[in-house]
Amino acid sequence: MNRGVSWFNVTMLILGFVFLYAPIALLILFSFNAGKLVSVWSGFSTKWYGELLYNEQILQAAWVSLKIASINATAATILGTLTAFALNRFGRFRGRTLFTGMATAPLVMPDVITGLATLLLFVGIGWARGMSTITIAHITFSLAFVAVIVRARIASLDMSLEEAAMDLGARPLKTFIVIVVPLLAPALVSGWLLAFTLSLDDLVIASFVAGPGASTLPMVVFSKVRLGVSPEINALGTIIVLVVTICIVIAATVFQRQERRRAIDDQMAQRG
Amino acid sequence: MKNGRFGISGRTLAVAAPYLWLLVFFLAPFAIVLKLSFAEPLIAQPPYSAVFEWTGGLLPRFTGNFENYAFLLSDDLYINAYLNSIQIALFSTLLCLAIGYPMAYGIARAPGAWRNALLMLVILPFWTSFLIRVYAWIGILKNNGILNNVLIGLGIIDEPLDILHNHFSVYLGIVYSYLPFMILPLYANLARMDESLLEAAADLGCRPWKTFVSVTLPLSLPGIVAGSMLVFIPAVGEFVIPELLGGPDTLMIGKILWNEFFQNRDWPVASAVAIAMLVLLVIPIVIFQHYQGKEAGDVK
Amino acid sequence: MNSKSSSAPAAAPATNAITSPYIRIENVTKRFGSFVAVDNVSLDIQRNEFFALLGASGCGKSTLLRMLAGLETPTEGRILIDGQDMTHVPPYERPVNMMFQSYALFPHMTVADNVAFGLKQDRMPADQIKRRVAEMLELVQLERFATRKPHQLSGGQRQRVALARSLAKHPKLLLLDEPLAALDKKLREQTQFELMNIQEEIGITFIVVTHDQEEAMTLATRIAVMNNGVILQIGSPTEVYEFPGNRFVADFLGSINLFEGVVESIDGPLVVKTEAGPMMELEARGEVSAGQKVAVAVRPEKIAIGKERPSQSMNACHGQVVEIAYQGSVSIYRVKLDGGYMARVNAQNETRSARRVIDWDDEVWLSWEREAGVLLVDEA
Repeated sequence: MNRGVSWFNVTMLILGFVFLYAPIALLILFSFNAGKLVSVWSGFSTKWYGELLYNEQILQAAWVSLKIASINATAATILGTLTAFALNRFGRFRGRTLFTGMATAPLVMPDVITGLATLLLFVGIGWARGMSTITIAHITFSLAFVAVIVRARIASLDMSLEEAAMDLGARPLKTFIVIVVPLLAPALVSGWLLAFTLSLDDLVIASFVAGPGASTLPMVVFSKVRLGVSPEINALGTIIVLVVTICIVIAATVFQRQERRRAIDDQMAQRG
Repeated sequence: MKNGRFGISGRTLAVAAPYLWLLVFFLAPFAIVLKLSFAEPLIAQPPYSAVFEWTGGLLPRFTGNFENYAFLLSDDLYINAYLNSIQIALFSTLLCLAIGYPMAYGIARAPGAWRNALLMLVILPFWTSFLIRVYAWIGILKNNGILNNVLIGLGIIDEPLDILHNHFSVYLGIVYSYLPFMILPLYANLARMDESLLEAAADLGCRPWKTFVSVTLPLSLPGIVAGSMLVFIPAVGEFVIPELLGGPDTLMIGKILWNEFFQNRDWPVASAVAIAMLVLLVIPIVIFQHYQGKEAGDVK
Repeated sequence: MNSKSSSAPAAAPATNAITSPYIRIENVTKRFGSFVAVDNVSLDIQRNEFFALLGASGCGKSTLLRMLAGLETPTEGRILIDGQDMTHVPPYERPVNMMFQSYALFPHMTVADNVAFGLKQDRMPADQIKRRVAEMLELVQLERFATRKPHQLSGGQRQRVALARSLAKHPKLLLLDEPLAALDKKLREQTQFELMNIQEEIGITFIVVTHDQEEAMTLATRIAVMNNGVILQIGSPTEVYEFPGNRFVADFLGSINLFEGVVESIDGPLVVKTEAGPMMELEARGEVSAGQKVAVAVRPEKIAIGKERPSQSMNACHGQVVEIAYQGSVSIYRVKLDGGYMARVNAQNETRSARRVIDWDDEVWLSWEREAGVLLVDEA
């Protein structure tokens, strides 16, 4: 039976991926360009990576961004997981509709609105702007993304596992820690990583709530990009792409190896 | 489970923490934006007038006005930006759908070993810096950029094409950045589809193209809606792409809001713009939430 | 001790009312919104009984089981176990364990850790846990698999791990939710006997929920048949099968021929004039008056089929064979009676022969004993 993949599909896939990856490939290519132009090749060089290493402003901003991203990811994973449980497991409770709305709206809310609104809150209550305000703003939208990932996993979990644990004498909190968390682990890890990257990637919201003190990496990159293209930014982009690719490939390999082992186990189980 | 001995169960606490967080840091800010859109700008800290005045009565007196909204309506700039944003977001969404659907379909029907790899290729750009990916297009599209150089080098054109800082480059940037958001929900939907439905249709004498139109397409409608909302809603408020890839005439509300806030320092007008944008997006957001709830296994 | 032998219909444990029951379900109702899952059920179960709740899906049997486990709280009523009110005791404090339909084995723990889980919750010393786990694995013959993960086991092995895990704490009551539903037919039959042996060996009260009447009848000493949240009949397997109390029970257990009719005479043997069948004579059971609308139920295997006209005038009727289903040990005949009723007859294939004595479209006579007919007086 023809599985329904036509030449048209294959062509579209190839063109689509070329479209998605050509700019990234060119970005990487020109990060090794000796010249200052990012469009005319003038020999191989790694000097832009060297300059990046001595750019205090970028290093400083990167450090700020990493700190914010890890605090954000941790807090968002906790709050997002609680949200997921509240929505998928607690049945009806008062204010559930509002809660659902607040937990899904950040997924699509334009950044400029979220950024402005959050800033006005901090100004209204007189909270000094800086790293803390950026982190809080990031947690708010990141938790919604974590909730989506965790909810998908919870929906696929057999609820009787928790019931069995309680039936065998484990109290609710113990059940959660000993049974639920280990089973949710893959979702928690990907939720954490997603929250981390979302935070690392955000320009608009951070710009609104940052105040004069703190500058995140995207804010510095943006101010440089506005002045024109520079191979240094290409080098930075290449590093980011590389790190992300390595992380994802590792995660995928681990996942696939588990799958393969599972397949072997299943065969073993068939034989008894 | 029954409540604990102290009246408050762990369950209540588990709901309360994210609930309060979202109330304070997500919902309350919107109330403030709404309030501020009725204020007047001041050169002060903070730069706006009070909207409610405490006059000793039971309720504070409303001293705000609708001037900010009147101002938005009186100036062509804002109305054009508004319409422009809708137009750009709408056509970008359709373009994403046109490119993303065949891709999602191809991935969903690909052999098992390929499927994960292809899916990873879609997700990968989504995890890498959005700003850097938009930036990459500047180097490609600008006057003496890679694309023009290549085309001139090949002798296809003599003069460099003007393809940066106009509507074209904004469309390109949005489609490029948001394509994964279209493909992922479509893929999730198509991959779940029972293949025996297609086999049943074929068995009943339906030709492949007809099967696609009468079975696959209607069943994938939820995926289409979700993907379209994930593209359309943020695209309406997009700032980075029109700012970096658009020209001076590419007016979009996101950019207007940014400029009102950062350049004109007119917080009340920026708030009014935000409220105007929200009014436009309320229906798409509700549609999206409805779908999202169903996907995530909401209790009915 | 053989729990089966003590279950002759006359000496059903329910009649033993002097000692207080081990498990008492008192006027229990469970509502989900406006839906009544369990409707004012009262039920007593004795120590060491193997009790079955039998019904179609959605009849409330699983909800009742979950209330015994503490996974649901009754909307009304009380549940007592060994004299203690358990109605509002959470599952983790009840001396009750459950074997889940999906087995609910913790996928991230080994077989031994799964079995040890409940014991660890009780803070049993490690060496005792080890001994107990070994004991339980021996009971279910899985000693070799202690270090495997659940997904490395076959379906039957998983079922046995689930059983070992739920028995490890030596609960006062073991609940089994469709324990054999996930196994294939051969394995199911074998496991039924294993379950019975284990129950006898360890002497724990078992309550099993099932939709499979054969399973319920094989396993249980008593069966409660449920429908729409109500218990329709409680009794030993023979009682509920041979003396169904109402139309639903008669129809739900096995197959039945149900003749609607009117009581003709109550002097001497009870005589019922049926609408679509013959005049019937039966042993009186229950109080009826002449002219009352009733139904008579006759099991297909109690009917004799033959080409000769039987000597008796009652409980005999003429018809034509419409369908024959050969099933090896038995053949099932569908016979259209002269009155219009489509009767079902099960006949043992006692002789080995390729040629049928009775064939399609043959004219036949059906007949049965006076004891075969069951009088049902509930409203249709």
